[in-house]
Amino acid sequence: MLIRSGSFPRESEVTDKALWLDRRRFLALGAAGALALSGTGAEAALSTVKGPFSTDEPPTPQKDVTTYNNFYELGVDKSDPAQLAPSYFGKTRPWSVTIAGECARPGTLGYEDLIRPHKLEERIYRLRCVEAWSMVIPWVGIPLAEVLKRFEPNSRAKYVEFTTLQDPERLPGQRRAVIDWPYVEGLRMDEAMHPLALLAVGLYGEELLPQNGAPIRLVVPWKYGFKSIKSIVRIRFSETPSKTAWMKAAPREYGFYANVNPAVDHPRWSQASERRIGEFLRRKTLPFNGYADQVASLYTGMDLAANY
Amino acid sequence: MDKLLRRSWVKPLLFGLCLIPLGLLGFRAASGGLGANPIEACNRFLGDWALRFLLIALAVTPVRELSGWNALARWRRMLGLFAFAYVVLHFSSYVGLDQFFDWRAIGREIVKRRYITLGMLAVLLLIPLAVTSTDGMVRRLGGRRWRALHRLVYVIAPLGVTHHWMMVKKDITEPAIHAFILAVLLGWRVAARLRHNGATSNRKAAACSAPQSSSPLS
Repeated sequence: MLIRSGSFPRESEVTDKALWLDRRRFLALGAAGALALSGTGAEAALSTVKGPFSTDEPPTPQKDVTTYNNFYELGVDKSDPAQLAPSYFGKTRPWSVTIAGECARPGTLGYEDLIRPHKLEERIYRLRCVEAWSMVIPWVGIPLAEVLKRFEPNSRAKYVEFTTLQDPERLPGQRRAVIDWPYVEGLRMDEAMHPLALLAVGLYGEELLPQNGAPIRLVVPWKYGFKSIKSIVRIRFSETPSKTAWMKAAPREYGFYANVNPAVDHPRWSQASERRIGEFLRRKTLPFNGYADQVASLYTGMDLAANY
Repeated sequence: MDKLLRRSWVKPLLFGLCLIPLGLLGFRAASGGLGANPIEACNRFLGDWALRFLLIALAVTPVRELSGWNALARWRRMLGLFAFAYVVLHFSSYVGLDQFFDWRAIGREIVKRRYITLGMLAVLLLIPLAVTSTDGMVRRLGGRRWRALHRLVYVIAPLGVTHHWMMVKKDITEPAIHAFILAVLLGWRVAARLRHNGATSNRKAAACSAPQSSSPLS
């Protein structure tokens, strides 16, 4: 029988006390974070001013807005994101966004530096999902144009690309290649600069929950919901349009523009009508989701059936 | 086991079990458990169970032959009719809840959307099977013709699975599982048929060769 006598670990192999103490603190913080995110009403209230373009249609109940979500990074069923977020996503701060590409001021900004210079607005927008359901959501955010201008995009900046956080630890849906991660979306520069386009940080007067794209997401109300990318970590100005996540996943079904258009069907279902969450009867879908007066001029002369 | 399965209370018990999904749906609908989009949830739920019951009904014969529990054969009709019932409920939920009897829209969808075309075809093909499920109809048709007609289910089940597969947006895990089970159930039948044919043709060969060798006429 072999008896090992000299099997004490060397000093260098022992975990440093500061580290394991920190690990306990991390676990405690994680638990507190999960508690805060589990919907106990403790979300930080945001102070806002009323912004333009709000609809007077009745908003979709907050419970529906926060439990019926397409966010494949947190599961493919619509109830998955709300269920998985508390145990996986963790805290929404610190958060930083990298600015890159064709601009004078690239770099990485913390959430506070990105948001604090701006006044938060409440904007009640319609949201039309490509799956033919819709909601009315009181967003809290800042006009995308105001944020983008700060980075001084140059004359070669014709498009803006947005990228979602890639972190399978926090976004367990990314452990399976349902689509090609990370999620990427894009806008033409004039679309991004349109006053309707919003960089949202909250809804119903509270900070965004992970399932809604915390802490920063895009809201482009005249386009199908999948254009309104969630949990943004990177913004890049470029000369050419990006191949977006859904264009890569199914190029015949999802194009770069994805403007809400009742006249152009999805190859597998009609886009002529939609079900507003909370309503029984379908309602007619409006061109550009009812924002034609504001945005139709962006697309004059374009074949909207070819540029779906 | 086979004896146990022949007890008189087994069939009513099974009948009750088959109603559980429907009860669950009713409970969820009443308690708000169907979520933000209850109509879509109801539709999907009924469609899922229609497919599951089709697969369960198709599993009866293979399981019976593999296990030797011949009592299972008595339940085949009931399980098939439950599949039909859930298919009809799924269809009704689409027509009455999802489209709210907008026949023009429904007509357009049937023509335009391949997966709805296939689904509708499956519903139509199931009707003659349900209608001829009574003892009287079996007698009237005669066993051979009745069996030939009911082989339609080998078309209907793949239609159903394809219908589901085509409507899924991206994650095909669930339809792929259904397709795999269906492939096993149909594959087992093909294998059984090949074995059976092999056995009969051997027997035929033997039957043919015997008189040749011993016939006084040759």
